Amino acid sequence: MARSTNSMRTPLAKVRGLGSAKSGVHHWWHQRLTAIAMVPLVLSAIYLVFRIAGSNYNQAISLLQNPFYAAILLLLIITGFWHCMLGIQVVIEDYVGSEWGRITSILIVKAILILLATLSALSLFKIVSI
Amino acid sequence: MMETLPDSMLDSLILAGCCLIPMNYIYINRKYVIMSRPRPLSPHLSIWRFQLPAVMSITHRITAVILTSGTVLLTAWLIALASGENSFELVSMIVSHPLGQFVMFGYSVVLFYHASNGVRHLFWDFGKGLDIPGVYASGWIAIAVMVVLTVSFWVFMFFGR
Repeated sequence: MARSTNSMRTPLAKVRGLGSAKSGVHHWWHQRLTAIAMVPLVLSAIYLVFRIAGSNYNQAISLLQNPFYAAILLLLIITGFWHCMLGIQVVIEDYVGSEWGRITSILIVKAILILLATLSALSLFKIVSI
Repeated sequence: MMETLPDSMLDSLILAGCCLIPMNYIYINRKYVIMSRPRPLSPHLSIWRFQLPAVMSITHRITAVILTSGTVLLTAWLIALASGENSFELVSMIVSHPLGQFVMFGYSVVLFYHASNGVRHLFWDFGKGLDIPGVYASGWIAIAVMVVLTVSFWVFMFFGR
């Protein structure tokens, strides 16, 4: 078909990377693992919301300085943003038609989520060390 | 209703009047068959009646996107808390404003829907409740759990403490 006589690329080089990425199961499995992990984490975080709601600045800070609450929040940040990244990737893959649009939008959304996750984690570290 | 035609009639039919007759011709078992009307193409959302599983499925996605967008608020809250007392007071003011409360309520509904329906998805991943009655039953259970969680969360927020 498209056999160009002046191409230096071998037929193997042309088809490499066009097959499965071999990471689909990993992606699916991590989506489920993070979902299961977030059941207790979100319930604990809701309890934390009850404790923090209506409290003043010093009370809120001292609550989050409790290692257990800080751990729950940090784990929720990691698991939650990871779950978001995996899920949004699937949504974009389903609805964005062009390959370049798909790859670009996935990378942009993931970059934003990584930035938000890092900001959240660093803010938590600062709160804990106030 | 379908009606079979002899193969010999095919060419003349297609050449002469296929475009004039509003019917579909499909090839099954070496015969051309007239379909009484064009078959619906998937997903053809507009002609299907309301179906709970389909609506819940797309709602799961929509809530996922809303929750992901809402992580900006979680991050903003943590940054405000880390930045000192003034920014914390500002966030407290925003959150206690009726508009802030409305956003919080909306976010809680979305969170509880996605969590509840997410557990339903986990049951499916274990192979449980994949038959039609099971899908409907778990759907209504997920909605009920969402309502109970949302109501009890806000009742506790206002009266519990």
